[in-house]
Amino acid sequence: MKRRQFLKSMTAVAAGSMVPAPAIWSSAKAQSRQETLLIVSESGPNNIDIHGVGTNVPGYEVSWNCYDRLISHEMKTVNGTPYYDKDKFKPELAEDMKIGDMSATFKLKKKAKFHDGTPVTANDVKWSLDRAVTVGGFPTFQMRAGSLEKPEQFVVVDDHTIRIDFLRKDRLTIPDLAVVVPCVLNSGLVKKNATEKDPWGMEFTKQNTAGSGAYRVTSWTAGTEVVMERNDDWLGGPLPKVKRVVWRIVPSAGNRRALLERGDADISYDLPNKDFVELKSAGKLSIISTPYSNGIQYIGMNVKIPPFDNPKVRQAVAYAIPYQKIMDAVLFGLSKPMFGAPANAPTQVAWPQPTKFNTDIAKAKQLMAEAGYPNGFETTMSFDLGFAGVNEPLCVLTQESLAQIGIKVTINKIPGANWRTELNKKVLPLYTNVFSGWLDYPEYFFIWCYHGKNSIFNTMSYQSKEVDAYIDGAVTAAAAGNKAEYEKDVKGFVDRVYADIPRIPVYQPYVNVAMQKNIFGYQYWFHRRLDYRSFVKG
Amino acid sequence: MWSMTLKRLMFAIPSLIGVVIITFLLTRALPGDPAAYFAGPAATQEAISQVRAKLGLDKSLLVQFTRYVGDLARGDLGNSLTTGQPVVTEIRNRLPASAELTLLGLIVSVLIAVPLGILAATKPDSLIDHACRLVTTAGVSLPVFFTGLILVYVFYYLLGWAPAPLGRLDIFFSTPPQITGFYLIDSLLTGKFDLFRAALSQLLLPALTLAIFSLAPIARMTRASMLAVLASDFVRTARASGLTPFTVIVTYAFRNAMLPVITTLGMVFSFLLGANVLVEKVFAWPGIGSYAVEALLASDFAPVQGFVLTMAVLYVALNLIIDILYGLIDPRVRIEA
Repeated sequence: MKRRQFLKSMTAVAAGSMVPAPAIWSSAKAQSRQETLLIVSESGPNNIDIHGVGTNVPGYEVSWNCYDRLISHEMKTVNGTPYYDKDKFKPELAEDMKIGDMSATFKLKKKAKFHDGTPVTANDVKWSLDRAVTVGGFPTFQMRAGSLEKPEQFVVVDDHTIRIDFLRKDRLTIPDLAVVVPCVLNSGLVKKNATEKDPWGMEFTKQNTAGSGAYRVTSWTAGTEVVMERNDDWLGGPLPKVKRVVWRIVPSAGNRRALLERGDADISYDLPNKDFVELKSAGKLSIISTPYSNGIQYIGMNVKIPPFDNPKVRQAVAYAIPYQKIMDAVLFGLSKPMFGAPANAPTQVAWPQPTKFNTDIAKAKQLMAEAGYPNGFETTMSFDLGFAGVNEPLCVLTQESLAQIGIKVTINKIPGANWRTELNKKVLPLYTNVFSGWLDYPEYFFIWCYHGKNSIFNTMSYQSKEVDAYIDGAVTAAAAGNKAEYEKDVKGFVDRVYADIPRIPVYQPYVNVAMQKNIFGYQYWFHRRLDYRSFVKG
Repeated sequence: MWSMTLKRLMFAIPSLIGVVIITFLLTRALPGDPAAYFAGPAATQEAISQVRAKLGLDKSLLVQFTRYVGDLARGDLGNSLTTGQPVVTEIRNRLPASAELTLLGLIVSVLIAVPLGILAATKPDSLIDHACRLVTTAGVSLPVFFTGLILVYVFYYLLGWAPAPLGRLDIFFSTPPQITGFYLIDSLLTGKFDLFRAALSQLLLPALTLAIFSLAPIARMTRASMLAVLASDFVRTARASGLTPFTVIVTYAFRNAMLPVITTLGMVFSFLLGANVLVEKVFAWPGIGSYAVEALLASDFAPVQGFVLTMAVLYVALNLIIDILYGLIDPRVRIEA
């Protein structure tokens, strides 16, 4: 009897000490769990103001959810997933938009308030847009992409009306007002916290949200977690269902997966492809895969560095890439192939579109011989270690395959911190990288990546008068609404760069999101980050 | 005693000066340009040089160094560019997280390793000796992230006993008011027992991971030094005098065998504190190791300098404590000093 009692009490003690928190959750906690969205991801923001110096991509997500823009996009459905409609706009802070010939006028929602209760006025809008075009770096570049360059373009008509004057006709101007950058800040609050050295209050907004958006950051521990609470007075759209968002940084991919499978985390979106494929087949979670809009993973060659100055060498490389192996072994099929279009397929007025290249070692060898390199040559192939999960196997497969045509490749791994520096120098002969543009228009991609203006993303130092003329022509034709001319120009530049092939498109990556079955309302956005406002926890 | 402490402190000054100079030079020798990194993806050359001037990186090394030492004298370690926070604040927040984890890991490790080492030494080549060898070899040869992931897999994923590996606290607990920065202590001081329990349950797996890794040096050192002591004359005399084996081993032999064990403990502690980056990564622990590594990857000078300096100071303090402990354990050391 005594022994029994002893055993019983021991089991009770063991159970008490083993069973973790969930067993002792009070109903209040369960309630708040129901209203909280727990997101886990590999890295977090370094700055919660998108105008900041060197704000990273996770920082964009905070900005998107905590600030409003004048306008935003409507949703449509692509393959069953809500997907932003690049051609349709809806008001966010504005209640009305009138686009004239050389200007656009926005009427603000009269009752819109910032998080601290001060009303949103046209002065705040002007101050915020002035800031975006003035502070330099990424925000200013992004604004310039839509011909938004000078503070004089933003005119306060009255307290609730702002007019944006166009510098030139550019069809990217209106879409550029709906990206993450032109967010509206509480100018009074930020100015209060600005200093002489820091007139735009960047130090303040780096740590604090000063917007009118659907959420506001209530606590942020860099590298650990971001906590956001719903702004119950939000007027930019229907009130979000999720009251509180907790975003924890979990660096280990294995643990992010375990958290999802155990049902503790609600959403994760940066897991290795292999995990997504396995999670998908297990069927316990909802997995949504959407191709990056206007994005391509490519293999680039610097056309200023011999032997890559020879188009035949570049074509030989393009025929020697092990495309299908990369699709199967690296991506587990979770990407859209950007190669192997039928030889007679007409060029489309679309971007991205597949090339006609396929793996054909015999043809590659022949091209190498024609180019004068029958015995091949030696070169290095570089990649960004920050995305080693995909880049490393991709480079190793390419290395093996190029060895077959005599090209001896040494792989050069560059840490994430140095990647941009190295890319900026434009001295890497052969490398792989991803580019994706927020604005989903072919000419936008080509301005960044192929134009002779040689932006940082023209990593190949590619120069072609013909392509420049086509790109400029397409921009003008689009602004004038000349469809025939536009289509001719787009086909022209696509054909030219696919013949010259300074960069070899490999695939269009997918954004993979894994979430619990009771989470609904995921939307795909051009910035590829999460929009908390549409989520529902069932 | 006091004179020894003072002498020790004096000896530490040149090494600290050395550390300041070397960390400064080493961080400048890192490849990568912080200005280009922080100027963002689409920056022009002009934007990069603006950022460089802003960060003071356009000045000569000597000017930068003078400024650094000046700031240091005022207790200012600079700002981290990656996290945007002052380095002093970050270290103050993160050091207790690492220290709490490492200390608990070390305590668990000592509780297992010391008895294991003593048993192994009293019965060399017995079953327990072989078991000790097996456990320590396995512990030290399994990489920590592997042990950590296995523990998470078994105790969290399969069995569901451990809480989610989400850092120091479950998302529904708020941190205790900062008194020492050690959640276990702070929660007890403020009388929040559910918080104590939550913090402890988060700590168990990572501490166990660290303990498994650090078993080997402690157990092996205990065994070796116990073997030497057990073979010495005074132990033979004690045994001959008919003292119980317990008194002989624990009271006489172990006390004499403790000095090298304490030295090893000090080494293991300071090593673990900086080197448990992998454990921190696996358990999403906001510690100092992962902070330093992330800063290093971004060529972010200030946190790296701050980290190395903090570690150097800790080393000096730790060595001092060990020296004092020596004196307490072994009067001979006291007298010689």
